[in-house]
Amino acid sequence: MTGTETGQRDVRTTVTERGPLPAVTYDVAIVGAGVVGSAVARALARYPHLRVALVEAQDDVGQGTSKANTAILHTGFDAVPGSLEARLVREGARQLAAYAAESGIPVEPVGALLVAWDEEQLAALPRLAEKAERNEYHAARLLGPAELYAREPHLGPGARGALHVPGESIICPWTTTLAYATQAVRHGVDLHLDCRVEQVSRQDGSHVLKTSRGTLRARRLVNAAGLHADTLDAQLGHDDFTVTPRRGQLLVFDKFARALVHHILLPVPTALGKGVLVAPTVYGNVLLGPTAEDLHDKRATGSTADALAALRDKGRRILPALLDEEVTAVYAGLRAATEHDDYRIRAHPEQAYVTVGGIRSTGLTASLAIAAHVTGLLTETGLEPGPERELEPVRMPNLGEAFPRPYQRPDLIAADPQYGSLVCHCERVTRGEIRDALAATIPPRTLDGLRRRTRARAGRCQGFYCGAAVRALFEEAGA
Amino acid sequence: MRQVDVLVVGAGPAGLAAAARLATAGVGRVEVLDREQQAGGVPRHCAHGGFGTWSRPLTGPAYARLLADAAVHVGAAVRTGVTALDWAGPLALTTVGPDGPETITARAIVLATGARERPRTARLVPGTRPAGVYTTGELQQAVHLHRQPVGSRAVVVGAQDVSYAAADTVRAAGADVVAMVTELPRAQTASAHALEARLRRGIPLLIDTTVTELLGHGRLSGVRVRHRDGRTATVPCDTVVFTGDFVPDHELARRGGLPLDPGTRGPAVDGALRTARPGVFAVGSVLHAVESAATAAREGAHAAKAVLAALVGAEWSDGVPLTVDPPLCWIAPNRVTPADRHPYVLRTAALLTRPVLHVTQDGHLLHRRPLRSAVPNRTLTLTARWTPRVDPKGGPVRVSVV
Repeated sequence: MTGTETGQRDVRTTVTERGPLPAVTYDVAIVGAGVVGSAVARALARYPHLRVALVEAQDDVGQGTSKANTAILHTGFDAVPGSLEARLVREGARQLAAYAAESGIPVEPVGALLVAWDEEQLAALPRLAEKAERNEYHAARLLGPAELYAREPHLGPGARGALHVPGESIICPWTTTLAYATQAVRHGVDLHLDCRVEQVSRQDGSHVLKTSRGTLRARRLVNAAGLHADTLDAQLGHDDFTVTPRRGQLLVFDKFARALVHHILLPVPTALGKGVLVAPTVYGNVLLGPTAEDLHDKRATGSTADALAALRDKGRRILPALLDEEVTAVYAGLRAATEHDDYRIRAHPEQAYVTVGGIRSTGLTASLAIAAHVTGLLTETGLEPGPERELEPVRMPNLGEAFPRPYQRPDLIAADPQYGSLVCHCERVTRGEIRDALAATIPPRTLDGLRRRTRARAGRCQGFYCGAAVRALFEEAGA
Repeated sequence: MRQVDVLVVGAGPAGLAAAARLATAGVGRVEVLDREQQAGGVPRHCAHGGFGTWSRPLTGPAYARLLADAAVHVGAAVRTGVTALDWAGPLALTTVGPDGPETITARAIVLATGARERPRTARLVPGTRPAGVYTTGELQQAVHLHRQPVGSRAVVVGAQDVSYAAADTVRAAGADVVAMVTELPRAQTASAHALEARLRRGIPLLIDTTVTELLGHGRLSGVRVRHRDGRTATVPCDTVVFTGDFVPDHELARRGGLPLDPGTRGPAVDGALRTARPGVFAVGSVLHAVESAATAAREGAHAAKAVLAALVGAEWSDGVPLTVDPPLCWIAPNRVTPADRHPYVLRTAALLTRPVLHVTQDGHLLHRRPLRSAVPNRTLTLTARWTPRVDPKGGPVRVSVV
């Protein structure tokens, strides 16, 4: 389907998922519509003279690492001081917080506690506080056990103290990526889904991308292929880094658990490795995870019995009452770990090519700063973007519990009774929201895509009550 | 803020039966809310028979219509598409529907919010997250209410009554049931039923077997299973239905801070189906996930008597806890007063042959009841004839297997 609609600026928007690709030569092609690729596309959308393509192998934006992470907006307090990552996380956090407020992306500044459970971890806290200072983060503070338990009364016994990092927030990762991509598409970026790049070559000064949907030409190329960034990089003759997918399995607990925890409870990193975190989500659930398993299979997004049992054991120590609640979702994400300690963002001017590799779990936080950095690299190496404009803001549907949802808004229901008609009861998703998502600039291609846009079927019953009704609405829309 | 006499949450068999009885008795405004678009509860999508009475057998949808029509006919207001969101006071609820938000106060509230099956995630079945994973509830609505196709080869997890209903639904959708899987050493349904599925329909039953992993990207491609003896296998299939493992839909009860019974996880009630909060009653599968529609409807009618008494100011007595010892897993009602006459339902976690139930309080035997057998996931019943011997000031009453 080639979806065209009239966007806010009377620009015809282009989102395709099948059929031949346009025969034009794009000025820039971005490979990978994750949070990073979408942010880069949005940044380039400010230049109306550029023709930009965002090319994605899967059927939706944000389908790789971007959709299955711990959903935290970091301060960067624990980054490696002086690294590119440290700078981009620090800048990106500020930019994303402002962007989220403007765009309706749910964010809750709940703050984090790094909880020390033994002598070694307790000893590590002052060093972490120092590191935060070196990363220009000045609000971190050590807490004794009394203050820690006053803040988190449901914490398991035996906690020795904590480092409080008040600036850490929780965010909706799906809405963030979708907001970037929506804004990009509304400002003229072409989004090509189900378009796997199989081979790249250069002809007559242009990149020729052989994709699963035919050939796409572009003068400049941005590699934001996430887990596959090393493969694409190698095709252009580089051997800068290798992506080792690091699987993180996570458990999502029922909303009844939300009252048990007030902060993000981060583990203290020690020589024995990283522990697991317990964190609220903006949807009102509680996360437990992730595991960290280095794998070779870039499709291994399954969960395993051993890991789930191990996570539950760790969770029982951190927040015993959590384990009495039901699990409403289990997921596993693959982080794009490399052999390097820092992001691998590199311009190759002679090839009109920029690699954005090794973007780890901090990529969500840093995304806007990464996009600005990549835009800078493109222009420094010869891209002439032409005049710049301000982007029309986007306003995304609110999926967060800290802000009024449509069913809680009498004004909205009075104007349109569909916002008072609940379809998904566990998550309180209305017919109006489902209808809106199905008619959006980037509509969902699958029921899972609809779930990420609305939360329909994401609740404790997993579709027992509403699954068939939601599917009926999805199919009626001809999606 | 609007005032009614009795507000019933949930228009399934229990809620509709309570409302009909109360409206018949002349209670002024009896209002039933249901968040679904049609009244009737779970029977709406149980296309099979087995509902109604022996003299008037009905299918689920016909039974649902009959109950809804009966309640409306005697003057109860049945409002569908309206969700009870939360409590606005001890006897007040906030609601929302297409007409907007509302706060409704009542002189009595009856919770009849039902039960649901635990999905794959709550059961912690590992693997990928493919399409084609159902509960019976979703499957029945997909097939019977929306005529949606399911896959072509289905594995049904469970071998209790609802599992066989799910298998029938799979077949009604034109798909094959390639296996039924149960962790237990036998099917937990009438033997004739199990035999028919196995012999006449050729559906293999894998006993002592658990589903250990779901496989496939995009669409389910198979399930890994493991026998108790350690053998493993992969069953290729594109659909899996997780059946049974019911839990009460207790969200409203928990939001209201009503004490739950640790066994049923539904609100704790006495034999008059009174919760711990004066004026608030609970009926149907929210008390015991799950019993038949007929049991739920009988409870609704039974609770109506106590609701009527409460409306004229009857005292709200508390009762003592009624608990079970393993391998029994729960009993409902689960508080007891000497005046209680409503029979009890209970469940065992293990297969028992010729068990004897003992009801005791503070070491005194109140009742002894031999049973022929006890099978997990099947109803056990216990008479309430022994309740006059309960000391209302004594300790908890315990039911154990000897």
